[in-house]
Amino acid sequence: MTSRSETATSCHREEHRQLLFRYVLAHADDNLILAQRLSGWISRAPDLEEDIAMANIALDLLGRARMLLDYAGQLEGRDRSEDDLAMFRSEREFTNLLLVEQPNGDFAHTMVRQFLYDAYQTALWKSLCGSADATLAGIAGKAIKEARYHLRHSGTWLLRLGRGTEESHRRTQRALEGLWRFTAEMFETSETDRKLAGAGLGVEPAGLQPGWERGVEKVFCEAGLQIPNDRFARSGGRSGFHTEHLGLMLAEMQWMQRAYPGMQW
Amino acid sequence: MTYSVPRLPEEPDPDLRSKGSRRVSGWLLWEVFIRPRRGLHHVHAGSLHAPDGEIALQSARDVYTRRGEGVSLWVVPSSEITSSDAADAASLFDPTSEKPFRDATFYQVPDEVEWL
Repeated sequence: MTSRSETATSCHREEHRQLLFRYVLAHADDNLILAQRLSGWISRAPDLEEDIAMANIALDLLGRARMLLDYAGQLEGRDRSEDDLAMFRSEREFTNLLLVEQPNGDFAHTMVRQFLYDAYQTALWKSLCGSADATLAGIAGKAIKEARYHLRHSGTWLLRLGRGTEESHRRTQRALEGLWRFTAEMFETSETDRKLAGAGLGVEPAGLQPGWERGVEKVFCEAGLQIPNDRFARSGGRSGFHTEHLGLMLAEMQWMQRAYPGMQW
Repeated sequence: MTYSVPRLPEEPDPDLRSKGSRRVSGWLLWEVFIRPRRGLHHVHAGSLHAPDGEIALQSARDVYTRRGEGVSLWVVPSSEITSSDAADAASLFDPTSEKPFRDATFYQVPDEVEWL
């Protein structure tokens, strides 16, 4: 016989497990989609050294996505593997941020996107190191080291692009103006976020915003770049409403598994 | 040995030595040194192009330490290295082969010497 309080605790635990599934999946999607985007630079980077650097970063993000997808599959308890989750979900089922699905554009555009994301990831994983969920805290412990290096890399480039030539400055400023509207979404706090933060499992995204803003403002200021005044913000990615770019990207990423389900090589 | 590479009239001079190790894009060539472990010295690993030291350091990390090769990196502009000329090798290095007395093994250790 289970007492009423034990049943309540069990329900509570089950609810947390389902919330954590959605939470972990959303962060997995961020990393998977940006890894796929960054891989688009392979063999096309401005120089050989940066080609390897971007491939390294893409692989770090893919590795993080794999750990998170695998864990999400376990939490869901429906026997879906990391590959099932990556390859057999449609656009509406992806809950990544709109920022990471934006096309690469030129090198300045990719570096601005990367910098905005790296600064967010650094803050996120630093906080999640303290998660009461041991698996998530373990992933965070690995991710934070990578994220700090990624931030150093993209930050270094922003300073050089912003203060480089007239053309590099113009392109970087244009990228910032195009991408800034996608940043507010990183800090939107959902009911899931609030409940998980309350249970000590996750963090409230809104709490990460002040530190993130200070960090990026400092670098943009040093780089001589102006943060747009425009407060217009795009969002919807976390609920599965995406920009037109994600569908095309998924078609390319998933077509092999869709055409030959379960194939391996 | 030197090679003469044909060039178009408008093509910039590709000779790195005459341009202070600058390639056409204006980026410097850097030499990369890696310390494999604490206690060992830095060993030359290769070279790369970068606009400045910080980028060179990051590129060296990404290009040369992907598989746990090191715990410390140095990057040095190639133009800062003064090197010996291959043509001088005979006069610089050959004479030492005739001076075996510079090697410890040249000397007989007297039997009376203990603890050696």
